[in-house]
Amino acid sequence: MTNPLTPPKRKDPLLRTHVGHVSPNLRSRAATAMAARAGQGRFVLQVCHDCRRATYPPRDRCPVCWGELDWQDQPRGAVIEAETTVRSSVDLFFRDHLPWRIGSARLDAGPMAIVHLHGDVKQGDRVRMELKLDRGGNPALFALPEKETSHMADDPQLRLFTADPKVRRILVTDGREATGQAVASALLDAGATTVFLGNADPLMRYPGQDRIEAIDGIEPVALNLTDTGSIEKLAAQLGGRVDIVVNTARFTRSGGVGFGGKLSDLQSSLDLEVTGLMRLAQAFAPALSARSDDGVNAAAAFVDVASIHGLTGNAGFAGSSAAAAARLALVASLRGEMAQTGIRVMSVLTGPVDDRWHQSVPPPKVTPTQIARAVVTALQSGQETICADDVAQDVMARWQADPALTIREENK
Amino acid sequence: MSQSLLSDLAVALASGAVRVIDLTNTLSPDFPVIVLPAEFGQCAPFRMEKLSRYDDNGPAWYWNNISMNEHSGTHFDAPAHWVTGKDLPSNTVDAIPAQDFMAPVVVIDISAEAAADADFVLTRTFLETWERENGRIPPRHWIALRTDWYKRVGTPEYLNLLEDGAHSPGPDAGAVEFMVHERNCIGLAVETVGTDAGQASTFTPPLPAHSILHGNGRFGLQCLTNLDKLPTFGALIVACPLKIEGGSGSPLRVVALVGETNA
Ligand SMILES: [Zn+2]
Repeated sequence: MTNPLTPPKRKDPLLRTHVGHVSPNLRSRAATAMAARAGQGRFVLQVCHDCRRATYPPRDRCPVCWGELDWQDQPRGAVIEAETTVRSSVDLFFRDHLPWRIGSARLDAGPMAIVHLHGDVKQGDRVRMELKLDRGGNPALFALPEKETSHMADDPQLRLFTADPKVRRILVTDGREATGQAVASALLDAGATTVFLGNADPLMRYPGQDRIEAIDGIEPVALNLTDTGSIEKLAAQLGGRVDIVVNTARFTRSGGVGFGGKLSDLQSSLDLEVTGLMRLAQAFAPALSARSDDGVNAAAAFVDVASIHGLTGNAGFAGSSAAAAARLALVASLRGEMAQTGIRVMSVLTGPVDDRWHQSVPPPKVTPTQIARAVVTALQSGQETICADDVAQDVMARWQADPALTIREENK
Repeated sequence: MSQSLLSDLAVALASGAVRVIDLTNTLSPDFPVIVLPAEFGQCAPFRMEKLSRYDDNGPAWYWNNISMNEHSGTHFDAPAHWVTGKDLPSNTVDAIPAQDFMAPVVVIDISAEAAADADFVLTRTFLETWERENGRIPPRHWIALRTDWYKRVGTPEYLNLLEDGAHSPGPDAGAVEFMVHERNCIGLAVETVGTDAGQASTFTPPLPAHSILHGNGRFGLQCLTNLDKLPTFGALIVACPLKIEGGSGSPLRVVALVGETNA
């Protein structure tokens, strides 16, 4: 069993914060392709066109027959055939996290692989493999116990591959909306120490305020993503005390491009969701980055909740989809920047939310609770991109299979 | 005109015999704006984005890009702001004669009534009683309603937006008709976020201040501060809206000149 995590002591103010090293990103295009799939929570290996063998680590051609390789989802089982404990390393990150247990796993898919081991896994065990991303965004295989063990998620090696909310302090940007409130509650339920809950207009009441602000662990903060000064003020107050940022702010209005769309709505969407995201990142990214290896509650992630229609556009919600598209583009760039500092950048993608701005959209619609569950799952698994609901999943699957077709389908 | 009039004023300003009172709230991102039902377009609050501050974006200079609605902060309402004033001549801020930007003000103190009842409604009867006690409202004056509402800025009680709407004082139709047609006011000047009462959308006719003032070419001044520093009669308001082409209103700096005899 794993020793359960306890909240960290306050930091000694005389100690220099530990610098969060990230291994240099020297991986191949094939490894990058594996990372992209790992980010979606898939367990994939390359399979040869000709000899049908699965291969690992990622390569450009089949090592057996020189055939072409394809990424395919694979069974997650494996057996640990050997284990070893690394006690010295020249890697600037790992040398601070020694000893480190690794093993050789015979994957059910075929290949042998060097894998990271959960503390409850030993030689001879059958294990459940996960394809994780390390803090630099590189793919890595991690062996988990086949069956859930107690406090399994608290394993110190595993926690370096996730952004688990447990004992972390989390900023949720928009507490005025049901989504932000559901996310805040779910994060506390998942063990977060504190949720700083943003309020864009502290002088104005909002639905659910009394209930959410009374919850132990919720700390209301003034935060308006359209006001640079407000974000800078909050970052100055909280910067070093926020381990995860979750941006749930949205401005959704119906309307087309040539017909029925309002320019003022588009401006509001872009200002809140796009410029606002950049304001938020500029204010909090430096402080997060400086604390990416700062003990059990090291800064870990920046999560952005956006519409799946950022991938495709969406008839009837053209402006909101444009904002989502810009948001996804910013998040992609931010992910690259933050990978160099050891902070994960995650996208939670949603279908139409069951709120007052989607009254005319027929079900299924995603509930705030589903979005909250997806946020927690992404953090607990370290997954980069997650779909919160069936609609988002369906659009994502179609988009991955045929982007041009899906774009047409979503804009009919 | 006597050549000495303006030079006398200049001397009085220099000596402090005429004081300049700032009636303007600070334009900041936090300053509340009027809130409409969510399905309508919303009034954009003041926003400021730094362009440079002696940095790589401008090494020796500091300046900001600002944005806002025409009706954010302390602001001026032109007749074109309301549908009733849409066809009037010179009904936008760029077309209003500059002569109208300086006018005397009569201050009607309803602060006690407003403190007792946030929904206090100013009526013609109230104004007639007020005139018997204080004197007749002279023509071509701003009529300023002192409510001390400005002291609520920075609290939820400024907009005072409850689940049944906003609660703040304002005039009914009879009072506005009286001010416009019988006292020929230049406009109505208030400390609240609008010239109308918070509940005025439920009045008959709805929003009488906006409707009647602007329908008759009169102006509004809103979100003023310091009306309690003005005498009942004798102060002069300087209120020059930005010259926005076709603009319905404008944030502006409003000051009042107060002579020592008023003090
Ligand atoms: Zn092969």
